[in-house]
Amino acid sequence: MADKITQLAEQLQDRLGEGLQEITIEAGEVTIEVAPEDLLEVATQLRDLAEFGFEILVDLCGVDYANYGKDEWATEETSGSGFSRGVDAQTAGRLQVVTEDLVVEKPSAPRRFAAVMHLLSVKNNQRLRVRIYAPDDDLPVIPSVTSIWSSADWYEREAFDLYGILFDGHPDLRRLLTDYGFIGHPFRKDFPLTGNVEVIYDPEKQRVVYQPVTIEPRVLVPKVIRAAKVTGPEPVEDDSGAEEAAAAGQAE
Amino acid sequence: MPEIRNFTLNFGPQHPAAHGVLRLVLEMDGEVIERADPHIGLLHRATEKLAESKPWNQSIGYMDRLDYVSMMCNEHGYVLAMEKLLGITPPLRAQYIRVLFDEITRILNHLLWIGAHGLDVGAMTMFLYAFREREDLMDLYEAVSGTRMHATYYRPGGVYRDLPDTMPQYQASKWHSQKEVDRKNEKRQGSMLDFIEAFTERFPGCVDDYETLLTDNRIWKQRTVGIGVVSPERALQLGFSGPMLRGSGVEWDLRKKQPYEVYDRMDFDIPVGTTGDCYDRYLVRIEEMRQSNRIIRQCVDWLRSNPGPVMLDDHKLVPPRREEMKADMEALIHHFKLFTEGFCVPEGEAYAAIEHPKGEFGVYIISDGANKPYRLKVRAPGFAHLSAMDEMVRGHMLADVVAVIGTQDIVFGEIDR
Repeated sequence: MADKITQLAEQLQDRLGEGLQEITIEAGEVTIEVAPEDLLEVATQLRDLAEFGFEILVDLCGVDYANYGKDEWATEETSGSGFSRGVDAQTAGRLQVVTEDLVVEKPSAPRRFAAVMHLLSVKNNQRLRVRIYAPDDDLPVIPSVTSIWSSADWYEREAFDLYGILFDGHPDLRRLLTDYGFIGHPFRKDFPLTGNVEVIYDPEKQRVVYQPVTIEPRVLVPKVIRAAKVTGPEPVEDDSGAEEAAAAGQAE
Repeated sequence: MPEIRNFTLNFGPQHPAAHGVLRLVLEMDGEVIERADPHIGLLHRATEKLAESKPWNQSIGYMDRLDYVSMMCNEHGYVLAMEKLLGITPPLRAQYIRVLFDEITRILNHLLWIGAHGLDVGAMTMFLYAFREREDLMDLYEAVSGTRMHATYYRPGGVYRDLPDTMPQYQASKWHSQKEVDRKNEKRQGSMLDFIEAFTERFPGCVDDYETLLTDNRIWKQRTVGIGVVSPERALQLGFSGPMLRGSGVEWDLRKKQPYEVYDRMDFDIPVGTTGDCYDRYLVRIEEMRQSNRIIRQCVDWLRSNPGPVMLDDHKLVPPRREEMKADMEALIHHFKLFTEGFCVPEGEAYAAIEHPKGEFGVYIISDGANKPYRLKVRAPGFAHLSAMDEMVRGHMLADVVAVIGTQDIVFGEIDR
């Protein structure tokens, strides 16, 4: 299995050349990063070349990297009064109705939005993950792959609906999952978990009306990042040793 | 010459044959469908966003509620993705139990499918027969997890607990006499494995019953043969998986091709269709029930003779036993940390796919090393199938829409998420 994955990675490097921005192997899965302008060419090759043969687009989804690696509760440094107890209202899931200027903090990742595709080859029995970062954070545009895989149609509509990623060349880019007339892109990290509006029945008007949410914000468990691995061997100081351990893990 | 125009028909969202809250906007030319535009999202609960705000373990219960007729398979996908990132493997007995319950779930799902599909197309009896067998399988869910549907039984590192030695019993009441209750409890006297074994002996006969009612039934064939034909090439293009793909003649089953848990030790066959119409997909699913029955028998045999742990003994992930907590300080600390903060998953991303009764159920996880997922994406098989609705029903009659919805085995919990 491990051989097959490294072989696929080598073939990708050979065939795609400069179309490939980055290639990583992790937990037995190959991930490549492709620039938006190269996407259509690379995708066609991935589908049509015999050694790849990725005839199924299994999944396509949007990702918002705005809060990546940001915790709400410092665990590394202790002060005289112990760990910080206060939870900063910076990450997702906070009610942000009151804040007047909804300033999106500078994302910690270099680029904020990405689309991630999962490809499957029935012929060669292999999988591949392709990540495409949108170059512009304010107006994320990525070319559509509907012309290459028909199944991309609804997946791209979903990513547009939930993340506001525009797919250039999509035949019918409408909202898919949210309500008719919905405002905003709910899966973005700066969109509150409770939403902005709620629906109630107004007995005076005798119809259903929208109103600002009345739910109290609450977070039961703050987000904590503990860098140490949960299981597995202790981190090795020597780099080469770590690589060997990783290779051994894949071989298993 | 009067002007002839197409007219638009609203199918659903409250239609008994729409299998939930599907709103189909159909453009009709007489009774022939020119274009179908499914409007989904009426059951959208933002499961993925909710999961981002909760510790890893607390989202397992949400997975049950995605495809609410094959609950444990959904959990399996999520738990498998987590285990991939954590780099752990559950004990062998837990893997067998998971396979056992995956196949029980497959039968549960296909029984509901055949009941609902039959009912939609006009075979009312099917529903009653299918629910008779479902009742026994639901009891298995109850015996093992305490609940008949939303089990939350699979956990990272194994399953919640071992199979019980007794089955739950019926109790006599004002409405059910002791005699009646005794008759019902007769087959529940042994252990859970005895009960499953008795079921596997009886079940092939039940499938024969269903086939007697449908397979050569003239009306059933008229309604399904040649309806919703999908060629193998199109099926791949449209992202089909599971019985929808196999019905079109593509031999692809993750249990064989990319085996997870102990499927590589199981002896079973993959049924494949030839024409890719509704009737072939019906035959594929019927045969899958028989094959699942075979797998269940093999699991029961193995589980009888191989007792052992069903959960990893790693208290950084798995809460310690209650008794240990009473005496052991360390165990109490572990328990406290797990239930107030949860465990952290190493930074990285993973995609785990399983052969769900409806197709490939994939879970894509991005972790930034925190105690909550950074991003969770559920790849629901029904989503891809429903997106092909327009192509499958174009040129068919209105009544065939119902047959196609039935054959796609649509459940809105997973499509809308």
